[in-house]
Amino acid sequence: MEKFTTLKSTAIPLNIENVDTDQIIPARFLKATDKKGFGDNVFRDWRYNKDGSENSEFILNDSKFSGSILVAGDNFGCGSSREHAAWAIVGYGFKVVISSFFADIFKGNALNNGLLPVQVSQAFLSDLMNRIESNPKTELEVNLENQIISIVGSDTLENFEIDTYKKTCMINGYDDIDYLVNNKEQIEAFEAQKIY
Amino acid sequence: MSKKTLFDKVWGSHVVSSIDNGPQILYIDKHLIHEVTSPQAFNELEDRGIPVFRPNQIVATADHNTPTLNQDQPIKDALSRNQLEQLSENCKKNNITLYELGHKYNGIVHVMAPELGVTQPGLTMVCGDSHTSTHGAFGAIAFGIGTSQVAQVFASQCLLLTKPKSLRVTVNGKLKNGVLPKDVILYIISKLGTNSGTGYFCEYAGNVFEEMSMEGRMTVCNMSIEMGARGGMIAPDETTFEYVKGRKFAPQGEAFDKKVAYWKTLPTDEGAEFDKEYSFDAEDIEPMVTYGTNPGMGIKISETIPVDENPSFKKSLAYMNFEAGESLINKPINFVFIGSCTNSRIEDFRVAAGFIKGKKKADNVTAWLVPGSKQVEAQIIEEGLKTVFDEAGFELRQPGCSACLAMNDDKIPQGEYCVSTSNRNFEGRQGQGSRTILASPLVAAATAVEGKIIDITKHLN
Repeated sequence: MEKFTTLKSTAIPLNIENVDTDQIIPARFLKATDKKGFGDNVFRDWRYNKDGSENSEFILNDSKFSGSILVAGDNFGCGSSREHAAWAIVGYGFKVVISSFFADIFKGNALNNGLLPVQVSQAFLSDLMNRIESNPKTELEVNLENQIISIVGSDTLENFEIDTYKKTCMINGYDDIDYLVNNKEQIEAFEAQKIY
Repeated sequence: MSKKTLFDKVWGSHVVSSIDNGPQILYIDKHLIHEVTSPQAFNELEDRGIPVFRPNQIVATADHNTPTLNQDQPIKDALSRNQLEQLSENCKKNNITLYELGHKYNGIVHVMAPELGVTQPGLTMVCGDSHTSTHGAFGAIAFGIGTSQVAQVFASQCLLLTKPKSLRVTVNGKLKNGVLPKDVILYIISKLGTNSGTGYFCEYAGNVFEEMSMEGRMTVCNMSIEMGARGGMIAPDETTFEYVKGRKFAPQGEAFDKKVAYWKTLPTDEGAEFDKEYSFDAEDIEPMVTYGTNPGMGIKISETIPVDENPSFKKSLAYMNFEAGESLINKPINFVFIGSCTNSRIEDFRVAAGFIKGKKKADNVTAWLVPGSKQVEAQIIEEGLKTVFDEAGFELRQPGCSACLAMNDDKIPQGEYCVSTSNRNFEGRQGQGSRTILASPLVAAATAVEGKIIDITKHLN
């Protein structure tokens, strides 16, 4: 997994609530057996019209906006457990997703793929949306070590929460498999004396 | 001793160890896998040279991507075929039991595992599928995981998790005629919203759930994830024990009796505290339909679509081509789907057949009935339900996830409405541009017969 410490970037505002993983990556693209190529189809049915042409109204197709931070509406990533959603977002080039609320499974999947979910207050989120929409050059800075998200060149900032263990994993690029496999003896001991 | 919830008891008995200020290592008893979310996990292990730790605690089936017609023939779609072949190869290589397409135990993972007695009270169960919450109906901790976590369970039979908070939803009273378990859960989600359960594990309590069959309880727990809860649970009782008894992987004889004695200790202690509690009256629930693009956007069938100025709400109605304030009664419907891990068990087809018997499907409707497993399919035929469906012009297909997520050819065309017994009405869920209206098998059957949505409450009374 790639390490994550800080990131400074412009952002893309996806001002829609309850974005589900079927929108992030529709089921018909889940037939691959590796993790590659999902970025091409991220938000497929919003990005493209049925005839394959680009939907010019969708924010990802608006050339004013770019960057490796996605700012999304409340309850992002709800629905299916498909990790393909995280692979698609990472594959497209995002490193951070900001929202006021994340669905559980998506959040876990993101963290397991080096994609940092940053949960902010509703007020901070709408402020961010407004600023980015009115000035697409607005730069954000995400500092994982200090758990701070700020707007560059302003005094607007907010702290965000992250599990201490997961933070260490993100900063060092570790994943859970390493940890679990290293604890195999303990797991075997547990199996030997299960109470149920 | 402190009072414990059902969830506390099962969780507590599975904690291997805890990391300071961090997650716990939770032991997983049963791991269910299917073709879509497992290949990358197998690859991951192979790349790292890690063996599958406990292959005999894994059960595999093919369901998401399988055709529901001509299952005896090679699959036409090359990508789907490849995915199924990979599953077979991976299972063979790693000594994992696979009930592949055509096997008498094949079916949707959340239908076939309980049927085989893999699902039991007090266990921890995971699967790379968010509807794994279904198995909580037995008093198990069961939840969906991502593919990285599938790899973790392969490697260690454990997961690193932070214990979720607890939520209890109590429904007491007498359900009205025609109100099915699907209506109960759609009602709860419509009241609480799609993210009310996020961060929580939900226990369903009250006489309404106590009186439900295991099939009904599975329908309820299945949709826990639609309110954001990773899992739902119902306390195991005689109904549960009776269902599990004698099934293929259930303990037998004396071993079963010993298990039952243990299972009886699992229900939530009187006075145990939950982080959040809600309660509803059964009498307030009516047959439900959804009108929007998330499962929380549901109304009683006799109600009108609410008015809301939220832009996401308006976007949702625009997608559905519905107006705020209108009723869904008399809306013409051309597609009906009875199936999915929510409603594809024998009881669901009995309900549908009960309504359909002696009637005919409306000419404008394409109606797909997709059993959840080969065993359900066999039972439909054995009980004579297939004859009822055939005579009424319904098409009984072969088992699989089918039009619930339209990964195979079972797709609802662009712009069409589908009254569906599945669990998600997201944009394009049943095919690009399709519009899903979630409902019970009874409402779905009635829609297919009438060719439009009818007020089933009037029909029944």
